[in-house]
Amino acid sequence: MTTKNVHMKIGEMKTATGLVKNLEVSIGKIVDDSWEEPMGPTPMPSISTLRDWDMKLLNKYKPFYMPDCDLCCLCTYGKCDLTAGKRGACGLDIAAQSSRIVLIACSIGAATHTAHARHVVDHLVEKYGRNYPLDVGGLNVKVEAPVTRLVTGIRPKTLGDLMEVLDYCETQITHCLSAAHTGQEGNNLDFESKAFHAGRIDQVGMEVADIAQISAFDFPKADPEAPLIEMGIGTVDTSKPVIMCIGHNVVPSVGIIDYMKESKLDGKIEVVGLCCTAFDNTRYYDRAKIVGPISWQLRFVRGGFADVVVLDEQCIRTDIFSEAERVKAPVIAASEKNCMGFKNRTNDPADEIVADLVSGKVPGVLILDPEKVGEVAVKVATKIAPIRRKYRVLPEIDEIKTLAKTCRQCNMCQRSCPQDLPIPAALKAAAEGNLGPLTDLYEECIGCGRCEEACPVKLQIHSFIVKAGERCMLEEKNYCRSGRGAVQDTEIRNVGSPIVLGEIPGILAVVGCANYPHGGKDVYDICREFALRRFIVVTSGCSAMSAGSYKNAEGKTLYEEFPGEFAAGGVLNVGSCVANSHIAGAAIKVANIFAKRPLRGNYEEIADYIHNRVGAVGLAWGAYSQKAASIAAGFWSLGVPVLVGPHGSKYRRMLLGRADKPENWEVYDARTGEKVNVGPTPEHLFQTVETPQEAMVAIAKLCMRPNDTWKGRSIKLSHYIDLHKRHYGCMPPDIHLFVRTLADVPMTMKDEIVKILEAKGWKETVIPDPTLLPRMIRKKKE
Amino acid sequence: MSCEPWQCAEIAATKKANPITKPEVAVAMIKKAARPILIVGSNATQRWLEGKPLIDYIIDFAKASKVPVVATAHMVSEFLKRGYEPAAFMSAMDMGNRLVDPEWQGLDGKGHPDLAMFIALPYYMESLILCGLKHFAPNLKTMTLDNLYHPHASWSFPNATLEEWASNLKVMTQKFEGGQ
Repeated sequence: MTTKNVHMKIGEMKTATGLVKNLEVSIGKIVDDSWEEPMGPTPMPSISTLRDWDMKLLNKYKPFYMPDCDLCCLCTYGKCDLTAGKRGACGLDIAAQSSRIVLIACSIGAATHTAHARHVVDHLVEKYGRNYPLDVGGLNVKVEAPVTRLVTGIRPKTLGDLMEVLDYCETQITHCLSAAHTGQEGNNLDFESKAFHAGRIDQVGMEVADIAQISAFDFPKADPEAPLIEMGIGTVDTSKPVIMCIGHNVVPSVGIIDYMKESKLDGKIEVVGLCCTAFDNTRYYDRAKIVGPISWQLRFVRGGFADVVVLDEQCIRTDIFSEAERVKAPVIAASEKNCMGFKNRTNDPADEIVADLVSGKVPGVLILDPEKVGEVAVKVATKIAPIRRKYRVLPEIDEIKTLAKTCRQCNMCQRSCPQDLPIPAALKAAAEGNLGPLTDLYEECIGCGRCEEACPVKLQIHSFIVKAGERCMLEEKNYCRSGRGAVQDTEIRNVGSPIVLGEIPGILAVVGCANYPHGGKDVYDICREFALRRFIVVTSGCSAMSAGSYKNAEGKTLYEEFPGEFAAGGVLNVGSCVANSHIAGAAIKVANIFAKRPLRGNYEEIADYIHNRVGAVGLAWGAYSQKAASIAAGFWSLGVPVLVGPHGSKYRRMLLGRADKPENWEVYDARTGEKVNVGPTPEHLFQTVETPQEAMVAIAKLCMRPNDTWKGRSIKLSHYIDLHKRHYGCMPPDIHLFVRTLADVPMTMKDEIVKILEAKGWKETVIPDPTLLPRMIRKKKE
Repeated sequence: MSCEPWQCAEIAATKKANPITKPEVAVAMIKKAARPILIVGSNATQRWLEGKPLIDYIIDFAKASKVPVVATAHMVSEFLKRGYEPAAFMSAMDMGNRLVDPEWQGLDGKGHPDLAMFIALPYYMESLILCGLKHFAPNLKTMTLDNLYHPHASWSFPNATLEEWASNLKVMTQKFEGGQ
């Protein structure tokens, strides 16, 4: 039920009793329930409202814990050793402690997105007023906030409505986090349920942030033809002053772009971005450029390209100010979450700040007024660029060869490298004059700089790698489609039926960060493979950048090769991290628009629908952050399986089904109420995959759903078998678990598969109207 | 050879792997086990020892020892290409998840493994799985055949050079062949 604050202001009013001037009346909230859809059973759920639903999933996909740390050191009773069954001083065991860490991670992620949303909404309300209307796609998007409608029961129409939604989110995140306090929750599955709840809230927070900025900043509105954006370090015109924005919150960047345009400097300054701010800059200004994913911060700063570095929030290297200082590039911190130790100059005259930064009197400043950030950044960039002349700290090649001779071959660089890269061997070769091995490391290096921290002789190993790979770096010239935002209702109508019936083999969402095991090419290869197979491929965040960073044989990037529609064979970039909500939103809209399932406050039914019918899979090949954890949790809660690359194992807990236990795979047939075994569809809810080949096979398999028609299942099986044969060199050993009737068997493989089915003692079963919810069973008429 | 975690931060608390000082010790423990398995990860084709890929050493060892092999990721195709059929293939996570289930009756349905050996998974993944087994599979012994020390295993070789690794694997293979 939507409520509104009522605030009246009367400038001047003459009445029979006298003159009233400047009267302001606030009467709290009145109910605005103009939305005709009846309220569902779970509006604004508390941390336990959807516990039963969570437990259904958690019993089907039991946690497999890999604690990583044997200790708990969160309170002063500790450290407590929880090894192999020991309980800590508070009574917690390692399973509960591991799930507690998952909850903490998901709560941090949800808090981060929601705080981001709060900042954006507060800023926009201050600028445009509470009544500024939301518009994410004009007439093409009538269900404009599907996640918010589903979770809260609120249909937001204005920026002011979003504030109420955020009030709810903030309350829930506080409850989630409080459950992690010592002496609160003690059961691992209850911790997991609360982590799911944090994920639900995270999806709402992300949606609020994105629909607010789409509406007020006039970003592309559900546009399949959002502009193609230049991407890569090689696209940056270094003859111009360069402002580099790092982070996720576009508000300060908008200040920069607006000031630049007002000052008629449009086209005379390069505004480039790293990480999600880069995407949102291009959604606001299509001449902004994307440098690349998060892992490229050091290489871009040390390369001297940036004349001014503007930091907003999230995923920023916390030592970036000292890196920028080394190349004499001033830093402007623009978020109160990330003050970097700088003096707050928000209230100082802009020209004074500019003078201090250009002269080097101060290396950086904190400015919390986005318009002042814009003015200062543009003026500083303009003045300092001719002075800096792209000063850089990358060594020359001869210097690398000389310095490499001081390497002791102690292996500490390799032992500190998350990728276990063979750095000592590369340094040995460099000392002998061969930079080839160092160059080879460029693609796989994730830019963390741990090698330098570990080196006992203080070699600038990351800089060596960047210099050795400089040619590759400067040749990085690609295109990425700007974030399109939501999926249109009309697109959902077009694909709803083939998705639910299985004739579109799946929706693959490739999302998340850039902590890849072997560089970004794997992301491109996976996306292209499934686009060619006519899956719907959705991208976001740093993965969307990596997907666009490679070209096909004709020299086209993925976004040039495939259309940007939410349709079979489409590759669409929804946008930044917060735009991930549109992916969940699309799945929700399939249930609502295509299947006419009521949306409002009806979480359990919609999630049950998605879990059993919508063949969607998330892949976060380089997930690293707590935000990635909470994004994943939002999808787990909807019953959508998520795969992570090998580094994702460090999230310490998987949610795995057991294909070898038939009793785990029963659903109700909503037509009859009978239990039907539907096989492991989908087999897992959260799984680490080790190689891109394994990822491809797993994606095809995880797209199968109990509701697939025989035609749909046949198509899905064709892809699964084909990929399995290609990458595993043999027929899948579990094929019999996915065949319900002989009509499911792909025609071209019928003889081969029927033999397997006979050998396995396979028996035909029915295709049910699947549900995990007894209340969805339709009673037979007497 | 040192018994420090290869990746410096992968430290354990109170229960750390016993070092395998020489390959004969590992062989003795494998022979003592009633139901050993060997889990082989994706680095089996990425690591080269004395001009041969690691997977070739693993196949030689598996044939000699008759320890059933579980290939993770897409490694099954690499085994099949070399004419060796592993006992099973599944994701590393699935393997770990089965090993922590005391009711799981092994690859052949005849009983839970009592010794799980690991080789050639990415170090951090292997470390995490070994940690999970240390905590949740108290009756299972784990061993790594890598050249990198894994503190979360029950037994681990110390950090060693590629040459030492190749030598250890060859000795282990010979000891089984010699014993037959």
